[in-house]
Parts: sequence; C-alpha cells; structure tokens
Amino acid sequence: MQWLRLICLAALCSALPARAAPAGDPFNSPLWPNMHKLMLGGGKVVFDPKVKVTIPERVEDGHFVPVTVDARELGEVRELVLFADYNPIPRALRYQPLAAQPRLSVAMRVNQATPIRAAALDGKGVWHVSGQWLDAPGGGCALPSQTRSTTDWNSLLGRVSGRAWREDGALRVRLGVMHPMDTGLVSNVARFNIEQLDIRDADNRLLARLETDASLAENPLFTLHLRPTPTPLLRASSQDNDGNHYTATLPLAP
Amino acid sequence: MPTLRLCLAWCALLLAPLAAALELRPQAIAPDTWMLEADTGYFTPQNGGFLVNMAFIATDEGVVVIGSGPSRQFGERYRKLIEDTTGKRVLEVIITHKHPDHFLGNQAFRDVPIRADAKTTAMIKAEGEGLAENLYRLVGDGMRGTEALAPTAPLNLGVRNIGGHRLEFIAVPGHTQSDIAVFDHTTGVLFAIDQVFNQRTPTLPNADLAQWRQSLAQLAAVPFKLLVPGHGPVSRDATPIAATRDYLDWLDATLRDAAERGLAPTEAMLLPIPERFAHWGEARAEWRRSIGFMYGRYERAALPWLTPPR
Repeated sequence: MQWLRLICLAALCSALPARAAPAGDPFNSPLWPNMHKLMLGGGKVVFDPKVKVTIPERVEDGHFVPVTVDARELGEVRELVLFADYNPIPRALRYQPLAAQPRLSVAMRVNQATPIRAAALDGKGVWHVSGQWLDAPGGGCALPSQTRSTTDWNSLLGRVSGRAWREDGALRVRLGVMHPMDTGLVSNVARFNIEQLDIRDADNRLLARLETDASLAENPLFTLHLRPTPTPLLRASSQDNDGNHYTATLPLAP
Repeated sequence: MPTLRLCLAWCALLLAPLAAALELRPQAIAPDTWMLEADTGYFTPQNGGFLVNMAFIATDEGVVVIGSGPSRQFGERYRKLIEDTTGKRVLEVIITHKHPDHFLGNQAFRDVPIRADAKTTAMIKAEGEGLAENLYRLVGDGMRGTEALAPTAPLNLGVRNIGGHRLEFIAVPGHTQSDIAVFDHTTGVLFAIDQVFNQRTPTLPNADLAQWRQSLAQLAAVPFKLLVPGHGPVSRDATPIAATRDYLDWLDATLRDAAERGLAPTEAMLLPIPERFAHWGEARAEWRRSIGFMYGRYERAALPWLTPPR
C-alpha cells in the first residue's frame, strides 16, 4: 500500500500550487512563495496599494531603515506584519492594533537590498500586501550593535523613554527601549532581542501588542497611534528572549 | 557598409553624453591656479563618482594638488591633465578630509607626498576600505583597480611658502571630524572645499553642526578674493558661506521641531524644503540622507526617560 500512499501524496502536492503564493508579486521576488507561507501562514492574499509603506529609497547603512506602515484605508485591520524578503530574519514585527489605528513607524535592519513589505489582515481574514524596494549595501544584520561598542550597556539596557501627543482623533505615542536587539548572526554574540511589547491602560486593559524580532534596529523606537482613551496613563511592558522584563508608565496630559 | 557606419554613428551618439559628463576641463581661476568643476548630483556610473571640485596650484617648485578624486582611473587622468596644463611635475597632494571622493585617486600620486592631518589619515586607515566599497556599489566599473591608499605624509597647520606661493593650512572641522581649508595668500584664493557648498545641498554623514558653524565664521573672516567651494561654482564673495550656514541652521531647527512634534523619521523625510534650498542639487535626497545620519540625536533629546538608569 506504500505506493498508493505515495501517489496520494503526489496528488496532494500537485494540488497545492492552486493554494500556493498568489501570482502578481510586483517585485518578482523568488522568495515571495516562502514569505507567503512563513509570514502569512499561506493565507488568502491580495496585493493592495491601500496599505502604504514609506521608506527611504536607499540607505547606505543597513543598521537603520526607518519604515512607516499605514493601513487605515482598509478600515478594520486585525494585525499588521512587517517583513523583508531577503533578510536572514525576514520578519521585523507583528502588530495587533487592538485599540489603536492600523499604522506604525519603526526602524529595522536589512542585510542587503530587498523588498520591504507590510501585510494587513482585514476583518474577513484576507491579507492585503504592499511594499517598497529598498536599495542597501550588505551587512546590516551581520554587523555588531553600535551602542554596544560605544557605551555601557549595563546602565542602559532596558531603559524606557516615551512621550505622547494628542492629535486629531488619535493619541500619538512614541516609546523607545534601549536594547541591542542582537541578531545572533555576529560571531560570539548570541541572539538577544525584545520579543514582545504590550501597551495597557490604567485598568490593565490591553490596547496594543507588538511581537518583535531581532531584525528591528537596535534601541527600537515605536511610533503608535492609539484611539482616544480616557485613561490618565499608559503602561508599557516588554520582555526579551532572556526573560528580562522592562516596564514603564507614561502619564498622559489631560 | 552604410548600415555599419550608421550603427557606429548611433553608438557615438549614445556614448556622447557619457563622454561629455566625464570630460575633465580645467578652468584657470587665478594666476597659477586651476579648478575642475564637478557634477552637483549624486554618485552614478555616468559621472564616475566625479562630484567634487578639484583644484591645483602650479608653484615654482611644482604643482600642489588639492584632492585626488574618486577613483584610481580618475586620479590617473587627472594627473596627466595637471601635467599637460601646467607643464610642471606634481609636488604634493593635499587631502582635506576623509570623504572617499576626495582621496580615492591617491594611487595615481603614490610617488609624491600625499599629505593629510593625523586625524584624517587615521580615519582613512580605519574606514577607507568601507568608503571605497560603497563607491564601488554606486559607481561600478569606473572604480576598477581603486584601493584606499592612506595619506603618506603629515600636513601641518599654519603657513608654508611653496615655490612663490604663501599657503596657509587652516583647521575648519565640522563637515567631518577633521577638515582643512587652504588659503593662498599670494593669489587670494580660499579653497574651502567641503566646508562650503554652493548651489548643492551639503552632505552630513559625519557632521558636527556646532563645529561647522564655527568654522564657517572663521572662513568668512578670511580676506579672500575668490572662494572655491567643494561643490558648485566659485564665488567672489561670502554668499555661499552664508548660504551653507543658513541651510545648517534651517536643518537644525527643523529636525528639533520635528522631534518635538513626535514625527517618525519617515515623516520628517517628507517635510517641505524651503524655496531657497529646494533648487539646490540633490535637495530632497540629501535631506533624506541627513535624517538617517542626524535625526536619532534629536529624537533622543525630545523623549524623556520613563525609567531611571540601572
């Protein structure tokens, strides 16, 4: 019966392409099928310019690539994923904007020129994918942390800074955590990165959640846009893969 | 055969702009003094990385060359041009600062002293290879055979009399950690090089704005008759010095304001550029680059710590 099993398997495999990565990738990236599978779980995808990705067209230092993702035009968005096809660690983050607008700004690393993509999961479970091509030199992920070589991490590690601004219909929040975000790709430096950042209100209600990867730039600084909330303060809590917890309170001016 | 001739004519036409862009034409700007005015764009295969003004002074002892250019190939052509133009041999090369388009032609001058101050020489030794690599990536084939050859001789500050020219070497840091301007007291020409940009947006990968402003004030006080900027045309007055200062002031104030408003770097990149700078070469591209180099410091200053140091 072994051969029958094999035939069934073969049939199954040949049936797979129908559900495989959707065609029409604007970057023609050979890694798109992998990205589709690994980043988006092989889910239903449309390429959609309503998801806006803003980056500089080129960087000369792969350590720091500022990115803004804005999926507000889609209406309801359950989550946002930011990734770079040609990065050794493709995903930079996954964002659940529970009580926030589906947009954020952050900086990531790239190891070479690559598409920088964002995918937004809408209320019907469809991924809306868009991106920009970034020209970059090699090595952003495989070079040592710059803060590590110039300052004393002992006093800086996990220090949180932040500020909030009220602007039309939203609360702009910038939160930074001092952290090397080591990729594990530099010899003799193990992977060491923040894995999660939660933002809660004074009653500990979760407002936004970020899952973060080592391909974010070191000392990550997040710009988020919360929906208006009566809470007098925000609580930020994050943890890294070494089990360290970093927490801070950000008071909000009335 | 006519087809072939037509073909060749077409090829010549297609290649014409490339050749024109790379044509090196020295302008006599003062007695014994020449300059090559460069493209005010960005590094491309078409311009071969030739983006910086080059100058040379033909003294009685030989030619003092300020900057060696962006590549070996360029340096070799440049040296021949200098010798053809002046009928004199090259005496020495002055490297004013560490940026690659100013020193990667050094290989063509390895038999004469290549002078730079100790700080610049040390930085070229440490960073030169990386800087050269970046130019390979942007310029491509024109960089073939280029290696980062560090300066070989010291450059002392102060006045030196060379073959009938009284040359003063002045420390004017700010564009990088160490920059040297050259003032020829004999002709009144001030070679401000990259401290002053004229109609081309300043580049800031290693800038210290406070130092740079101080150096600009120092340069404005020099009694020059002619100013040679690093990029853009020569000037008979201090207008480009004031304009460079104006740009640095605007950039400083705009970045501070953006950080205070909580703008992310990508948002700051899209801010409007005032009319008076918008028409300068590479205005938007250099603004974007400068955000990458500088904005982090302003963001840091605008975000209060929420937790104490450990």
